[in-house]
Amino acid sequence: MSIPADLKYTKSHEWVRLEADGNVTVGITHHAQELLGDMVFVENPTVGRQLSAGEECAVVESVKAASDVYAPIAGEVVSANGDLEGAPESINQDPYAAWMFKVKPAQASDLDALMDAGAYTAHVESEAH
Amino acid sequence: MLKLTPLNAKHHEAHAKLVDFSGWEMPIHYGSQIEEHHTVRRDAGMFDVSHMLAVDIKGEGVRAFLRRLVANNVDKLQTTGRALYTCMLHEGGGVIDDLIVYFVSESWFRLVVNAGCADKDLAWMSEQCEKFAPGLVITPRRDLAMVAVQGPQAATKLWAAMPGTRELAEAMKPFHAVVVGEMFVARTGYTGEDGFEIMVPNKAAPFFWQALLEAGVQPCGLGARDTLRLEAGMNLYGQDMDEGVTPFDAGLAWTVDLASERDFIGRDALLRLPRSRQLVGLKLLGRGVLRAHQSVFSAQGEGEITSGGFSPTLNGSIALARVPVGVRIGDTVEVDIRGKLSQAAVVKYPFVRNGKALVVSG
Repeated sequence: MSIPADLKYTKSHEWVRLEADGNVTVGITHHAQELLGDMVFVENPTVGRQLSAGEECAVVESVKAASDVYAPIAGEVVSANGDLEGAPESINQDPYAAWMFKVKPAQASDLDALMDAGAYTAHVESEAH
Repeated sequence: MLKLTPLNAKHHEAHAKLVDFSGWEMPIHYGSQIEEHHTVRRDAGMFDVSHMLAVDIKGEGVRAFLRRLVANNVDKLQTTGRALYTCMLHEGGGVIDDLIVYFVSESWFRLVVNAGCADKDLAWMSEQCEKFAPGLVITPRRDLAMVAVQGPQAATKLWAAMPGTRELAEAMKPFHAVVVGEMFVARTGYTGEDGFEIMVPNKAAPFFWQALLEAGVQPCGLGARDTLRLEAGMNLYGQDMDEGVTPFDAGLAWTVDLASERDFIGRDALLRLPRSRQLVGLKLLGRGVLRAHQSVFSAQGEGEITSGGFSPTLNGSIALARVPVGVRIGDTVEVDIRGKLSQAAVVKYPFVRNGKALVVSG
């Protein structure tokens, strides 16, 4: 299981990367895609949508089931990865490269509430029991 | 405690992802369900289906007993080894299970039933047997493992794995079986491809599996088995039909023989009950994935998806749905996908057969 040290994480298995421009990139973790299995469909939020933290804002569907993706922090959607529509399997191949959407945070300090790699590793392990 | 098949160690060895399926620890996939699906359509894959149960019924008058027990007519079985797909109904016409009946001899028929139904099936058969044919002996064969080898290369790879089976396999017509020593080899399956279902003694199963691996047969999990059978338009018990559904509600009219005078269990109910529902194929026109239990809206009324998912062969979503009689092939219906209505075309199924799409994709 891969959990890069330079990313932040949520309990609902999204990863978050702070970019140089202050926006954050969001995807689902290696662990999440492994639980779901082969991805067959992705629905991203529309650009411009205002998200509140913890809101259902996207859907990934695997061969097994549909799963909601939650907004890790509040903010505005500034970009969505259109490539996923034709290639949902890229989430399985490299979940940290296959980003889903980018958010301009309402407050930069909200990021501090997210888990670091160590806390997320412990969270995944706790869910396995 | 989950039940384990004789091949359980082989699945662990292959790092399969294992799940609880009807109380059995079974592989859902060995890495990628979609890859396994394509392998069966293009090459050859194998499935551990040892959780299913073979039941032998032996003695004088087996055929007469089966004429009464199941909805299809076992008199269609006239050549040795011939197989018949049928439903077993209760008095109310609902489906207790769907199964395959193999005719081995006049004093020996073999049935193969679903894992999740095995206990209730045995209880039901024993009860009927006591009433109508007390001389017969019903034996559940938990001593047998079952492997399905499926795909266009199944026959060739089976020959390679089992020297001496070439002539056997070549001589075998679809939907026939032969007894070979302790093995039982049937040209049947649940994928819409050519292939075999082979029963071997539990002890021999891991060696047989290993030989197939070495012949280049890809292990496939229950995930691919489900998408393959859905594309092939084959019903899954517990999803597309159950005890509250008649074969007519489940697209299985072709398996019910009402033409003969034969008095089988459930016949009266089938003749009496109105036929208001039918099973149709759906192909999603919009985006998303069709799933079981989604509501379907047609001009004739509401229905429900019984099996749905992503079709790797068609690269789109397909489903089987129970809808009011009157909905026709070519109609467009609406499906409630997670709160949003999407359009789907009513299509003929099977969707895929022998590697070929029968429904226009896209």
